Amino acid sequence: MAEIRNYTINFGPQHPAAHGVLRLVLELDGEVIERADPHVGLLHRATEKLAETRTWIQSVPYMDRLDYVSMMCNEHAYCMAIERLLGLEVPLRAQYIRTMFDEITRIMNHLMWLGAHSLDIGGMTTFLYCFREREDLFDMYEAVSGARMHAAYYRPGGVYRDLPERMPQYRAQHTRNEATLRDMNSNREGSLLDFIDDFTRRFPGYVDDYETLLTDNRIWKQRTVGIGVVTPERALALGFTGPMLRGSGIAWDLRRKQPYEVYDKMQFDIPIGVNGDCYDRYLVRVEEMRQSNRIVKQCVDWLRQNPGPVITDNHKVAPPHREAMKSNMEELIHHFKLFTEGIHVPPGEAYAAVEQPKGEFGVYAISDGANKPYRIKLRTPDYVHLSALDEMSRGHMIADVVAIIGTQDIVFGSIDR
Amino acid sequence: MDAVTTFGQNLLGPVWLPVWTLVKIVCILVPLILGVAYLTFIERKVIGYMQVRIGPNRVGPAGLLQPFADVLKLLLKEVIVPTGANKYLFFIAPVLSIAPAVAAWAVIPFAPQAVLANVNAGLLYLLAMTSIGVYGVILAGWASNSKYAFLGALRSAAQIVSYEIAMGFALVGVLMAANSLNLTDIVRGQEGGILHWYAWPLLPLFVVYVVAGIAETNRHPFDVAEGESEIVAGFHVEYSGVAFAVFFLAEYMNMFLIAALAATMFMGGWSAPFPFLNNVAGGLLGDGFLWLAIKLSFVIFIFLWVRATFPRYRYDQIMRLGWKVFIPVTLVWIVFIGAMMQTRFAWLFH
Repeated sequence: MAEIRNYTINFGPQHPAAHGVLRLVLELDGEVIERADPHVGLLHRATEKLAETRTWIQSVPYMDRLDYVSMMCNEHAYCMAIERLLGLEVPLRAQYIRTMFDEITRIMNHLMWLGAHSLDIGGMTTFLYCFREREDLFDMYEAVSGARMHAAYYRPGGVYRDLPERMPQYRAQHTRNEATLRDMNSNREGSLLDFIDDFTRRFPGYVDDYETLLTDNRIWKQRTVGIGVVTPERALALGFTGPMLRGSGIAWDLRRKQPYEVYDKMQFDIPIGVNGDCYDRYLVRVEEMRQSNRIVKQCVDWLRQNPGPVITDNHKVAPPHREAMKSNMEELIHHFKLFTEGIHVPPGEAYAAVEQPKGEFGVYAISDGANKPYRIKLRTPDYVHLSALDEMSRGHMIADVVAIIGTQDIVFGSIDR
Repeated sequence: MDAVTTFGQNLLGPVWLPVWTLVKIVCILVPLILGVAYLTFIERKVIGYMQVRIGPNRVGPAGLLQPFADVLKLLLKEVIVPTGANKYLFFIAPVLSIAPAVAAWAVIPFAPQAVLANVNAGLLYLLAMTSIGVYGVILAGWASNSKYAFLGALRSAAQIVSYEIAMGFALVGVLMAANSLNLTDIVRGQEGGILHWYAWPLLPLFVVYVVAGIAETNRHPFDVAEGESEIVAGFHVEYSGVAFAVFFLAEYMNMFLIAALAATMFMGGWSAPFPFLNNVAGGLLGDGFLWLAIKLSFVIFIFLWVRATFPRYRYDQIMRLGWKVFIPVTLVWIVFIGAMMQTRFAWLFH
């Protein structure tokens, strides 16, 4: 009689559902997973080491490239760590802008997650719907920073510049006629804030669309209910954060528990799941999109009323105004020192964490007083979540592994760093 | 038509019959293949519009030449045989999967007289032909020497075998209603307008048939055999170029076939939904070929619509649906109509 062996299959790194470069070695008994062994490191770029050889401010764009679907939140944690080392106060308007863009980023990330998750489970249409809305969010990024994805907008001490007064518009092209152009530009007539305001009005309707396609769909429920169940105790023990933890029923959210920026002034709810399965995590994230939309709305209303500086006036950290630099000796020196040496951060260590869309994203920075960090340690949520993949997928089928990878909301930029 | 036949017989004698059959085969196949080519285009367009995009519009006017560009591309690509693959089986597999899909068209009546083979056991022939298709899939998965392909083949074999049963039972209902296995007779039994269609008395069977048809052709949401996000492309993951094109062609040909069968057996085939429309269409395009095409397109549109709307089932859920829902439903309904046919409501089911 032949010996019966398990079927070992290499899932990825070149696999449509591997979300990047996940190499998953699956040991199968028929279609049932006996063991799932994630191999990481295929996208390792040594961000932490690179940061040691760059000035503090030069590493901000690296943070965009960690979790490349929630860019500004990564920058936020990094800038917050520097601000803690410096003991720096951020102007209130900058805090509001950061809060608003953190939430825009959260919607962006969750749209990407929802699209990819449903595409993995086979619902192609949701994917394209989500990308339609993401396009508007990218336009907001572009309007404020000039870049659609890797914004590099946050700075230690505030943000790079104030929100633009005019929303960029589509230009005439031979493929667009007059009416189309007018239609495309109809919500871009005013400022960026008007555009964001218009988006917050439209967005709940879009979320309803996605929910119509998925939430009560029998197939969607069959594919997600009871899949990848994590008990609250295990979720805590495994170090879960963010929606993964809230999906298991633990109301832990850094925006509430350790409020940073102006989250303590915001009205929002923290959705939590009951069963800790993929479906609950889906519901949690969808509700988070609605709550983020609420926060964005509140920020827009405040930002309309309250003009002011958006970056600290400590010119050892933030560059002075150009006119002042041209006319004033002291500002000229500041400018020169800042653009040749960069920021000097007093010796010490600091940890700053934000509630990034995927969970707790933390930056642990050690400074020896030089213009470069002595050491940066990044704590990324997906890395922790991925390590639970084996536990979550044991006893499930191949198709469920895909659902579980989707529900973990993995991005390899931040796992491999 | 008779004139052509007598002329041919005088000219060629006994050889005329095979020649005439070949001509008819070509007359069926060429529009069919063109139809398949444009089905791929229409699928992309329809799903495109459902997904707020516009689909292919670059090749030719409004993208109408896109199918030819695709065919050309696939023809020019290299066919790669993976190392360790069984070369003969590897190439036999696509042939085995397309041949039955084409052969089944022999018994489909396009109009009262327009059928290639008016055989009495037409329904049995169809069941036999459609079940051969699974061998192509199994062989492809086995011969590719790839784990993904093998998994896809296993899934597909199990799925097709299970849904064949539900489908077979659905056809038994038609057989009972029509008292015939001959497809032309089945259509004749439904003549006289939309109210005479078998779709109404056999509604559960009709629904089961269409859903099982989607499963049978490995279409979304039952496409676990090639489930893109799970086992990449399933049984044809190792195929490229023409060999892949043949699998692709077979899938769409099967879609057409299932749609044509649904139209023939449940929706009155070539006959018009309202009797007074029979001549209108007949005057336009053959003897009601137009109506068959319209009904067929309707079923195909449902296939596309379903694809754009639903997420994919998991493999074991498909099996559960097949065995625990569809087979019992069809069985119960067959017994029910069998019993009703003995009562004075029998006329309802004929």
